[in-house]
Amino acid sequence: MKRYIDFYLSSMRISILQQFQYRVANYFYMIGMIAEPVIYLVVWSTIANQQGGVAGGYTPGEFAAYYIVWTLVRNMNIVFTPYGWEWRIRQGNLSMELMRPMHPIHNDIAYFSGWKFVVIILWLPLALFLSWVFKPTFDITWMEGIAFFIAIWGAYLIRTMLLSLLGMITFWTTRVSAIFELYFGLELILSGRLVPMTLMPQWVQNLSNYLPFKWTFFFPIETLVGTMFIQELVAGIGTQILWIVIGASILNLVWRAAIKQFSAVGG
Amino acid sequence: MNPFKLAWTYFRIGMMNELQYRVNFFIQLLQSAIALTTGLIGLSLVFGQVNNLAGWSRAELLAVMGVHLLMGGVIRSAIQPNMERLMDDVLNGTLDFALTKPADAQALVSIREFRFWQLTDVLVGLVVIGVAVAQLQVRMEVLQVLAFIAALIMGAIMLYCVWLMVTSIAFWVIRVNDIVNLFEGLYAAGRWPVGVYPDWLRTGLTFLVPVAFAVTVPAEAMTNRLTPETMLFAAGLTLMFVVLARGVWLIGLRSYSGASA
Repeated sequence: MKRYIDFYLSSMRISILQQFQYRVANYFYMIGMIAEPVIYLVVWSTIANQQGGVAGGYTPGEFAAYYIVWTLVRNMNIVFTPYGWEWRIRQGNLSMELMRPMHPIHNDIAYFSGWKFVVIILWLPLALFLSWVFKPTFDITWMEGIAFFIAIWGAYLIRTMLLSLLGMITFWTTRVSAIFELYFGLELILSGRLVPMTLMPQWVQNLSNYLPFKWTFFFPIETLVGTMFIQELVAGIGTQILWIVIGASILNLVWRAAIKQFSAVGG
Repeated sequence: MNPFKLAWTYFRIGMMNELQYRVNFFIQLLQSAIALTTGLIGLSLVFGQVNNLAGWSRAELLAVMGVHLLMGGVIRSAIQPNMERLMDDVLNGTLDFALTKPADAQALVSIREFRFWQLTDVLVGLVVIGVAVAQLQVRMEVLQVLAFIAALIMGAIMLYCVWLMVTSIAFWVIRVNDIVNLFEGLYAAGRWPVGVYPDWLRTGLTFLVPVAFAVTVPAEAMTNRLTPETMLFAAGLTLMFVVLARGVWLIGLRSYSGASA
């Protein structure tokens, strides 16, 4: 156990130092990413205003709050991409990682969670700017703040599992880009990334309850933006843990089959 | 060296390269279909709530989406691949190979790459525009069609100029790959008519990244919103962008010192 903790701490420290070197590049990336929620926000505030101030239960101020928190959740949701897995498998760089006495996923998780600290620091001025422009309405309790802090890390781990599984399809076929795009399309609709789930038709909302996507976007955002009872917060985080366990178990199974399949050399 | 003949040659080489991989067409088609579906779902969510968005009806917004898809295909087949290669060349010092050729360097770096299968998006965009026109139930006059085509061409030229200027920043700061992401984010704003955005953003989308002229103005031409003044303004702005991009490119080139090669 101790060697894992040491490994995680060192990896995180390395990634913080590395990513801070590229802060300008990181900033370009983050600003580009902010365009997406700003577009959704503008469109939905326009609709809310046209309808006399509310659309799907959200006022423009609440839409602003939703999409500003969205930007942080989205940044927390950045994990080692399936395209990265594709590259790693196709180019054979995985061979090198297999030499280590530890599952490669540990390095991914540790490295990206270190990066998050840089991202959060860079995110703060952007959030202030967006709040100044779009005037969000917040009503946050201590309980919700704590739940949010846990939920964003839960979202990070769920998405790590999902996207790693997706990337590991490359072990069997190299034509993966269309599969990835299909996944991202589904996630966009079913996670609350495009619009708050409450704006979706009822059957889509029902469907999303049984899928992992909404626990990576809608739930963490709503802990802060919506009003939830403590039971709901605990149940939500419990569901996140359930999905992390399910994801990790499937990953483990798939990994064992996949590694027998792996034949690339290089790295 | 006639740049048009040169462009045609590169276009043919690019096309022949890509035609070797025909399955890619279907993969590209699938990806375009996914993008189209998510776009349509977005539209239907909006029109589940209201019957117009800032004065644009559903069919009119479909036209905007069609133009956005079409222009996106133009960017990804002809503009972006060239500019990405230029970034790499500046980074690695391999731009030497382009500079020593007996043709205008700006023309050369702008035509070397062509991704044929990305034109699928142009095709899908045209189909969407066709459906939108049918739903609009207006007869397109010849003049209107001409204005639409002219607006599209001017929009594409402006986008190319902005790409070239932004890529030229690489001459000074070397690493600009992340700018691609920034540009893609801003281009995504063109999915909706720029009129819906707040003033500061609309100004940016008009003059900094002319998404307004690349997508909204052609769509305006189709939906009878275009005034001759806007067309004239677009023409003037196109000319300005061309001159500006040429200037930035030439000044940037002076800072280039081949690193290796």
